[in-house]
Amino acid sequence: MAGPASPPGFLTATLQKAVNWARTRSMWPATFGLACCAIEMMATGASHHDLGRFGMEVFRASPRQADLMIVAGRVSQKMAPVLRQVYDQMPDPKWVISMGACASTGGMFNNYALVQGVDQVVPVDVYVPGCPPGPQSLMHGILTLHDKIRSGEIVR
Amino acid sequence: MSPASFDQGTPAGRVLAGLAERFPAVEWAAPLGDPVARVAREGLVAFAAAARDAGLDTFIDLCAVDYLARPAGRFEVVVHLLSMEPPLRLRILVALAGDDPSLPSLTGVFPGANFYEREAYDLFGVRFDGHPDLTRLLLPDEWEGHPLRKDHPVGAVPVQFKALEPQ
Amino acid sequence: MSNPPDIVTGETEAPGLGIPGAAPPGTPGDDARRRTHDLWLTGTESPGEMGRFTSEGAQEMLAEEAPPVLAAQMGSLVGDDYAVAVVSGTGDTQIINMGPQHPATHGVLRLHLELEGETIRRAKPIIGYLHTGMEKTAEALTYVQGATNVTRMDYMSPFFNELCFSLAVERLLGIEAPPRAQAIRVLMTELNRVASHLLWIATQGLDVGALSMMLYGWRERELLLAFFEKVTGLRMNHDYIRPGGVAADLPDGWEDDVAAILDEVPRGLADYVALLDANPIFKQRTVGVGIITPEECRAFGVTGPILRAAGVAWDTRRAFPYSGIERYEFEIPVGGAGDTFDRYRVRLEEMRQSLRIVEQAAAAMPRGDYRSDDLKVTPPPRARLDQSMEALIHHFKLFTEGFKVPPGETYQAVESPRGELGMYLVSRGGAKPWRLHVRGPSFAHVQALPVMLADSLVADTVATVASADPVLGDVDR
Repeated sequence: MAGPASPPGFLTATLQKAVNWARTRSMWPATFGLACCAIEMMATGASHHDLGRFGMEVFRASPRQADLMIVAGRVSQKMAPVLRQVYDQMPDPKWVISMGACASTGGMFNNYALVQGVDQVVPVDVYVPGCPPGPQSLMHGILTLHDKIRSGEIVR
Repeated sequence: MSPASFDQGTPAGRVLAGLAERFPAVEWAAPLGDPVARVAREGLVAFAAAARDAGLDTFIDLCAVDYLARPAGRFEVVVHLLSMEPPLRLRILVALAGDDPSLPSLTGVFPGANFYEREAYDLFGVRFDGHPDLTRLLLPDEWEGHPLRKDHPVGAVPVQFKALEPQ
Repeated sequence: MSNPPDIVTGETEAPGLGIPGAAPPGTPGDDARRRTHDLWLTGTESPGEMGRFTSEGAQEMLAEEAPPVLAAQMGSLVGDDYAVAVVSGTGDTQIINMGPQHPATHGVLRLHLELEGETIRRAKPIIGYLHTGMEKTAEALTYVQGATNVTRMDYMSPFFNELCFSLAVERLLGIEAPPRAQAIRVLMTELNRVASHLLWIATQGLDVGALSMMLYGWRERELLLAFFEKVTGLRMNHDYIRPGGVAADLPDGWEDDVAAILDEVPRGLADYVALLDANPIFKQRTVGVGIITPEECRAFGVTGPILRAAGVAWDTRRAFPYSGIERYEFEIPVGGAGDTFDRYRVRLEEMRQSLRIVEQAAAAMPRGDYRSDDLKVTPPPRARLDQSMEALIHHFKLFTEGFKVPPGETYQAVESPRGELGMYLVSRGGAKPWRLHVRGPSFAHVQALPVMLADSLVADTVATVASADPVLGDVDR
């Protein structure tokens, strides 16, 4: 595959592109719907908006079989360690989309009960604003993530 | 408001009048038309059991309120009961003095009071004697403090804004 | 650590992976192999860390053992801390943990199930994973802002939360919404009931294995959500029903949209009936499952479709009518057996009755104001702000300070798709509530789950929890 020592050359660059393309083409989300955003996430997966055209309609119950975690909803203090544990159980490469205002920044609930932004607990790749973001917004976020992976901006 | 002012012509009025007669120490009122009974903490369980037997057998709600400085007592526990036949709602108020209030648990009369009392304990620190499992319900077990008390802050995190001029 | 473990480099490497055989470390061949290995299997982790990885990818676990309290909170440690003692059966039991992250618990509900074989002897729901501090937030928001907070509690039926809050505030204020506002409220809430039940039937079908139900159920719901978006601006969490009336009038052409809904949704319902009603698998999984008796319902405060399926014809819309609902003709469906199948039948019929109410409300929509004309409560129309100083001042005061509500307390209940949703509002004369307590129906239903699950099979847990239709926003607030 690679003979003498060479910097990432033509072959590995093409390979990297191929790998990135493959990774975006069947990204399986883990079920992490928490609150209202989960309903819109389900709507995105349903037939009207259809995540299945991206190969993503299979929401895996087991984090071991998933590579994308869409944190859909408000994360309370009690839920934060669970979130981290599920994230840790996902194998690499893995990505996180923070869906909605509550997951991104705590939303309108700036109080004792919520983690003010899920990026305090897990690293986030794409933030999708909205309360809740409609299916089109969520899909835009997902496609943004795909673009970032394919362009090499996010390297895993 | 005296028991005589209940409309004995209606089934609901008769239920309330019956309760008022059996418990002369209870103070009755009807703000905005809702029947309200103010009960002392020792008499709560007996009154609730009698209400249940008189037809108010659906347990609707139990919550606590923090009134801060109030002569009758800082905390109040509010119980809502419902009778389906005849349709009647009753609110029971129990005033509790002091910063570490307690009162007898209603779980013996209404099993449904279980979670509600745990929530009141969790958020206000009101203890319910005789509750089978008085632990925190909504907050993590090792949380300290009772957030819905008025002297507990909302807990807002200051939002960070970028400085306008580079410092 | 420069040498990766054998599973990656040794001669035991499976052929055909495209990774060259073991090259000695430090040679160009080894470098290349490691770069390829990086691309395929481990991502950006540096080669030195490859000892922690297997060929399946990174297996990052928490570096150190979580303390027992945290482990209990996460569900990795289950203990027998259930205070209720009575256990039937022969005693050889094990406790398993279900949730909080689980595909079938309808949100972040956690259940401890004590099993004897496949039979559940005890069940303990553990909640609080969605606690948002909404009641505390409500004390920090004005009454004008209150609907935005409250609408996110029961997020599947936001109009009901807003309606309950608005009615409670209006009661304390002593005002009434004008007739057109009341009719609009009934229209939107009954459509919300249909939307909520459609989502329920989709998830119930999904949970018992009728996966096609999940895809079909969203079909009609999209119609309804499109209508909500047209009227209120949002698909969910609308903040449309506010104290004094509704936020905006119905848009032009709304009658056609409602007619389209009344046309298409019953056809969808007929599809679902054909799919599920006589389906032997669905019936086997739902008939006789999750039974609760009327006495148990009353003791735990269980209301709504669960109570009606148990045989009690109780509906808050009939007993304590609100918002002019008594002017419309509708029936209360009642079941008999109190099991999951009856709840399905009751909710299906409720959808039909709600559509009946929608038809009547749309046909008899009165003309007039969509908000109370009390200047202290309703903001002036935007166009007036340019013309009148008084209007500007009112607008400013309403949106900064809000309006003050006279001291008092009230309990207001509405019949939400899940049951009796109540709000206990205490005002001490300020512009913000002194105490807002929300009595969510799902709180009582989750508490009654152990009763419904007693002596049933583990497989029935999913069907029963789905039929109880808990919304965890309501439970944890």
